[in-house]
Amino acid sequence: MSTTTADEHHDDHHPSGIMRWITTTNHKDIGTLYLWFSFIMFFIGGFMALIIRSELFQPGMQFVDPQFFNSMTTMHAIIMIFGVVMPAFTGLANWLIPLMIGGTDMALPRMNNWSFWILPFAFAMMLSTLFMDGGGPAGGWTLYPPLSLQTGDALPFVIFSIHFMGMSSIMGAINVVATILNMRAPGMTLMRMPLFVWTWLITAYLLIAVMPVLAGGVTMLLTDKFFDTSFFNAAGGGDPVLFQHIFWFFGHPEVYILILPSFGVISSIIPTFARKPLFGYSSMVYATASIAFLSFIVWAHHMFTVGMPLAGELFFMFATMLIAVPTGVKVFNWICTMWRGAMTFETPMLFAIAFIILFTIGGFSGLMLAITPADFQYHDTYFVVAHFHYVLVPGSIFAIIAAVYYWLPKWTGHMYSEFWGKTHFWLSTIFVNITFFPMHFVGLAGMPRRIPDYALQFSDYNQMATIGAFGFGFAQLIFLGLVIATIRGGAKATDRVWEGAQGLEWTLSSPPPYHSFTTPPNVDNEWNWFTRTVNDEAIKTRS
Amino acid sequence: MKTSTKLFGVALAMFGFGYALVPLYDMLCDITGFNGSSDNITQAQEVAEYVADESRTVTIEFVTNMNQNMPWDFKPEKAKMRVHPGKPYQVSFFVNNKTDRSIIGQAVPKVAPNTATNHLIKTECFCFTNQLLEAGQSMEMPVVFVINPALPEHIKTVTLSYTYFDVSSTASSNSINNI
Repeated sequence: MSTTTADEHHDDHHPSGIMRWITTTNHKDIGTLYLWFSFIMFFIGGFMALIIRSELFQPGMQFVDPQFFNSMTTMHAIIMIFGVVMPAFTGLANWLIPLMIGGTDMALPRMNNWSFWILPFAFAMMLSTLFMDGGGPAGGWTLYPPLSLQTGDALPFVIFSIHFMGMSSIMGAINVVATILNMRAPGMTLMRMPLFVWTWLITAYLLIAVMPVLAGGVTMLLTDKFFDTSFFNAAGGGDPVLFQHIFWFFGHPEVYILILPSFGVISSIIPTFARKPLFGYSSMVYATASIAFLSFIVWAHHMFTVGMPLAGELFFMFATMLIAVPTGVKVFNWICTMWRGAMTFETPMLFAIAFIILFTIGGFSGLMLAITPADFQYHDTYFVVAHFHYVLVPGSIFAIIAAVYYWLPKWTGHMYSEFWGKTHFWLSTIFVNITFFPMHFVGLAGMPRRIPDYALQFSDYNQMATIGAFGFGFAQLIFLGLVIATIRGGAKATDRVWEGAQGLEWTLSSPPPYHSFTTPPNVDNEWNWFTRTVNDEAIKTRS
Repeated sequence: MKTSTKLFGVALAMFGFGYALVPLYDMLCDITGFNGSSDNITQAQEVAEYVADESRTVTIEFVTNMNQNMPWDFKPEKAKMRVHPGKPYQVSFFVNNKTDRSIIGQAVPKVAPNTATNHLIKTECFCFTNQLLEAGQSMEMPVVFVINPALPEHIKTVTLSYTYFDVSSTASSNSINNI
């Protein structure tokens, strides 16, 4: 340690002020940028959700005109998916993957900088369409033609910003794969990697495989609109249903891109606070890989009502239901990890447990939607809205929040306030259920999605949902305040932070040095087969 | 670095795959008929060898639609016919441009149920060319069709639908059928 202290100061040299962030190639800085970007977009997308919920507080038209309402639902989805969940996971990957595998940095640091800095421009362009003639995109985030082709001046800007988002995430994914395959410390074999790294490796492959397909699909929209091609134009021999196939060939793997890293986060947090090694490590890896494979052969379950041969509907129904098997393996493994563990309930653990319960509810409504004949009733109703918000908000978003609470002391060197963390947890969990649970009921009763007005009998549940949405939204301000307060100060965090924390990242100081693992740790000599982790005290004294 | 070059290659290939889905989809639809697209014409001599099956009767319904604001009147001479598989029939459609400007239209045929798509054989149809109608002009357009006797036993009704699209802005001059 003493021999490296003199060097560390020299290594920490980097530009200060704004140029540090613009020119940075450091994985920790870029991770921070991604996370802050995602946090800002979370509030913008959340503000749009509150406009939607305000309008839906009562039947009839209150605040906004239908066109603007529709552009709010469209933009809310695009921002939450591409601007919040994906950048947040890329931010976590940047911060954590090099630390978890004992690497010095990401494999392609300059491309890393580029893939982040594309995003603010892409979203500035996307948001600017709200002020254009004809308004922002209002045909739903799925951009189905011919409706999406009726978008005004906004269409080419929306399509180009989707291209930029795609480029950013493809470059991010290539970087993750290159890092994991090439930068692991000696002895960190693939089957010794923490599950967060595994789930991200698989997610990255999904991204590389499907983001270009989306790029192709929206390019066809662009040429159909401006260059007289007829990919989706029936008059010219095209077929609008083809777009739906192309879109969901991207779209279904995309929903696993949004959830697989969460599985990795939860698989890191549960063992720490249950003080037991993760149950069924290798089955977790295989389950993740199976989910990723199945995601490519289920896309048409989004379009059961569009018209398909019976054999197709049956195939996509059974393939979809099959996904419940590997997902069930994961849920059972998390429960078995907690079984007879010495559990404590710090904020990250609370969010992780809420994730398991609430994500499973979303999974069950997904199974209901997978049943083809039943889906004809549920299709495009609020039941679908309830389903995907259950898997995305108390699913992906809770996992991201849990990850921030879990690793924030490591990143900042300060402990957050448990009191405010727990307050944030309970408010979020109560309000998220008040928001989305009633949507199941109005959906089953037949309320269609993406409409600014509704029949009178849906009023009570819609009012509940609106109250819940405002409660959930304001509860996130506590989170914002807490993150800022923790960055600025607070009780000093220890290196290990959590009593039961395992893994290479906890062998570093809190906060870790700007350049970490400049001498790679030797995992081979210090691998503990029982805890499935490194003997971190030994790693620490050696380095 | 080698890994990243390969991965960029995969990303490029998948962009191409997105485009490859277009002909793949068309091919699959041609073989299975599952998007109901019935835009092939068959030569009359090919269907001459069909044996008329007088013992079986199938109802064929004709549906006409206008896309968006296409301002034409378009209707079949009758809403449905009862036909025997293997025997050719003719039916007329009437179209009238009731506006005061000339418009080029394109009819797109679809068949339901999709398992019947490839069994409804058209030997003459107005749906393969752009059709120019001057202001106020009207026209009678014949379709000659035969139902392949191989039509699955359980299908009792076949629907043939035509939708007219306004293609005045995009039609190329040499493809217009100007009568």
